[in-house]
Amino acid sequence: MNNHYQLLVIGGGPAGLAAATTAAERGVTCALLDEQPTPGGQIYRAIEAIPEQRAKLLGPEYLRGRKLVNEFRQSAAEYFPETQVWSIDKEHQAGLLHNHQAHFITADQIIIASGAMERPVPFPGWTLPGVMQAGAGQILFKSAGIVPDNGVVLAGSGPLLLLLAWQYLHAGVEIRVLLDVTPFANHLQALPELPRALLAYRYLSKGIAYQLELKRAGIPIMFGVSDLTAEGNERLQRVRFSHAGKRKSIVSELLLTHFGVIPHIWLTQAAGCKHRWDNSQQCWRPELDDWGNTDIEGILVAGDGAGIYGARAAEHAGRLAGLQVLSALNVISRQERDQLSRKDRKRLHEERHIRPFLEAYFHLPDNLLATPGNDTIVCRCEEVTAGQIREAVAAGHENSNQVKFFTRCGMGPCQGRQCANAVAHIVADARGKSVAETGLFRGRPPVSPLTLGQLAQLPKKGTA
Amino acid sequence: MSSDVIIIGGGLMGASTALQLAMRGCRCIVLEKDSPGRHSSGVSAGGLRQLNRDPAEIPLTVEAAKMWRNIEALLDSDCDARFPGQLRIAENAADMEKLERRAALVRSLGYQHEEMIDRDELYRLVPALSPHCVGGLICREDGYARPYHALTAFRRKAQAQGAEFRSDTKVHSLRKKSGAWHVRTSQGIFNAPILVNCAGAWAKAIAGMLDEPVPLTPKALMLMVTERLPHFVDPVMGAASRKLSFKQMQNGTLIIGGALLAKLDFAREKTEIDWLRLTESAATVLRFFPQLKNVRIVRAWAGIEAFMPDNIPVISASQTCSNAYHAFGFSAHGFQLSPVIGRILSELILDGRSTLPIEPCHIGRFNNMEKQ
Amino acid sequence: MFKQLPADETEIIGIVFNGKALQAPKGISVAAAILSRNPDHTRTTPVTGSKRLPFCMMGVCYECLMVIDGQANRRACATYVEEGMRIETQLGVGPALALEGGGSE
Repeated sequence: MNNHYQLLVIGGGPAGLAAATTAAERGVTCALLDEQPTPGGQIYRAIEAIPEQRAKLLGPEYLRGRKLVNEFRQSAAEYFPETQVWSIDKEHQAGLLHNHQAHFITADQIIIASGAMERPVPFPGWTLPGVMQAGAGQILFKSAGIVPDNGVVLAGSGPLLLLLAWQYLHAGVEIRVLLDVTPFANHLQALPELPRALLAYRYLSKGIAYQLELKRAGIPIMFGVSDLTAEGNERLQRVRFSHAGKRKSIVSELLLTHFGVIPHIWLTQAAGCKHRWDNSQQCWRPELDDWGNTDIEGILVAGDGAGIYGARAAEHAGRLAGLQVLSALNVISRQERDQLSRKDRKRLHEERHIRPFLEAYFHLPDNLLATPGNDTIVCRCEEVTAGQIREAVAAGHENSNQVKFFTRCGMGPCQGRQCANAVAHIVADARGKSVAETGLFRGRPPVSPLTLGQLAQLPKKGTA
Repeated sequence: MSSDVIIIGGGLMGASTALQLAMRGCRCIVLEKDSPGRHSSGVSAGGLRQLNRDPAEIPLTVEAAKMWRNIEALLDSDCDARFPGQLRIAENAADMEKLERRAALVRSLGYQHEEMIDRDELYRLVPALSPHCVGGLICREDGYARPYHALTAFRRKAQAQGAEFRSDTKVHSLRKKSGAWHVRTSQGIFNAPILVNCAGAWAKAIAGMLDEPVPLTPKALMLMVTERLPHFVDPVMGAASRKLSFKQMQNGTLIIGGALLAKLDFAREKTEIDWLRLTESAATVLRFFPQLKNVRIVRAWAGIEAFMPDNIPVISASQTCSNAYHAFGFSAHGFQLSPVIGRILSELILDGRSTLPIEPCHIGRFNNMEKQ
Repeated sequence: MFKQLPADETEIIGIVFNGKALQAPKGISVAAAILSRNPDHTRTTPVTGSKRLPFCMMGVCYECLMVIDGQANRRACATYVEEGMRIETQLGVGPALALEGGGSE
């Protein structure tokens, strides 16, 4: 690993792979850092080594990743797997952990392709062993061929839930029930967005096909579910919920939930990039121009880390960011950049047709996001409840950061990744303000923990 | 909006002053440009330290220590205060000599709170310490508390006594008209006959509005905190000849400081951790506790604080305007003093004099310096 | 709760979980290897001692903290199995630190 590269790409998913390949093809020195042992990101996880039979179960969209990874492998970009980035600053210096050693490297340009994470939505019992995120189920399946053994309940909202159900169905997993918490009112809200969404018929038809197949297989799907609760003595035993005006329950030792995905913004936050609250996607996202430039010169974002548009869009955005970097480095002219970007820009545009519809259709109700039950744990690390957060607000702590100071909510090892949004929603709800006003936790480095020994072994600098 | 006293700055000093004035029947309003404790008050390391203070601060710190012992009576909250002692470690004979001179100085001033300990006592108190150390200087009454909790307790008690706190209220200008201060802010005009400047790193700007220049420098000191660990150490530790502040909180986390500066963009109020400097803190910690090598740092931060050239605060009436007072420039060691500062200011304002000696903290000490 | 689908020609390595020798396919995460054995829990929380299992499997939630090769608080989902790796359930804040003489012998 060198101390300096012309381009540093963080993240080995579709956006990062496409960006690095685009830049490296033109002779730019490029390093791609990724936490996983092999390229592909969460979406194409383990794509290189996966047994053929398992790959087929995951479906054709998954297999798309092969081409992307092959092209990246053939490029001159240097690849550093199992590497964590723990700091990044506006001077383009990144602190990273590679082979358990801390390093600093600098780059003329940095593309952050950090991707998405599951939107954490606290509900009663979500900390019980046996409750996991749907993405976790998918990762276990892709990377290790591990699937539920004794039945599973799937619950939540969003396309991934249906996809996972379809994949499990083909893998012979017993799906006890699929509980869809999408409010019925959303169907009407999403209607005006439907004509544009029809341009992306591929998505719609796929969703419908999945549903039909699940139905044919006799898997019960319940719509308009609410008050989801995980119950059990020290581990999940029952899932309770309201449906069609009745309280119901089903026995299960495994519940996988999904409430959509949100951008992974911890790196852009650490770099000091400007973010805004997006009401339609219900998340914070970095502010970017059409090429992926943040408000900090030479730091770009591509893919779902910039806002949720999906894997295919991420690939196109990655190429656009790669071209922008080439132009910023004077490897190609602006005219060349514009010319070379036409196809990807067109495709990206098409990929985005479906989004307003999906965002309206899967919009989560505010009362779900604001954790109605006072006894529900919001901060999984420090075990702070929604009630304690409301008490802090009542005692005059007016924004998310004050609530964090007072309750330690968000001060555990996950650094608030699991509770930041819920706290913002609870505080906003309690104060009658908007989420944008009550604010996001200020980012506190390191982005991922490093040890005192690793820090001490970095080169010293003159003291204050 | 009018009151008896306007306090600028909703940090510890402002809230403590509001409480003491309110307890004596004054109507106070506290104007805070962000939210209370946004900068140094909220993110301080929380040391309750009498040890190794400037002689000018000793009478104040000793009185403040008495108040902390009984803090629940004042604030209806114990602020999570603990008193396991604060300790400066000597690593060699030169360090011991340095600490002995310090102990002698404190004794000569008539105080007994700083005490030399030998190697045996050091390892009795901190058995986990690396074996190379030789002794230390300790103040057994010292300890730590949680700064944001203390600030909240001051604010809540002051509010219960009638004080008002306004967040997001930035002072734009000050004017005196027929014996009253007119404070123009982002949230309208406030009036009161008396004005107090507790604006921390922004106190220089407020003093400037009173035509009173002060050599205040805003700086941001870095702190880091680790994951929770099994209990392994009690006293708060520093070192005789190294930059270190080290303690294990009740919840098991370690808080590590070392007077190292973050990168600061004061105009934008932004700090950035300087990791290459923090390497020094990490190396110092491991020098004393090598067993912490694999302990993870989960968070680092820096708060913006006011530093004076002599590292002691300004606690004083204004020299240029009547009915204006200052308390700022605590130079990153004001937390322990906060309860007594409110009392001193309430005395200055209501009795015309403080019962504690504050002459060395007078704003006039910089007069010559500013003219040069 | 979980089972491993029959794999083709995967290389198998040996790991130790809570003192017990186990086999795991090379290249999978510690969290996956342990979950396939259906453990009761992989850690207890430092605050209330409640039991937890991995939650997100993608390095975000820090629920999967375990003691790996003697080091506490390692993310099992972002650590990959190696021959001879020792993995333990993490109880609360993890094993005690050396309480004497800086941990030296």
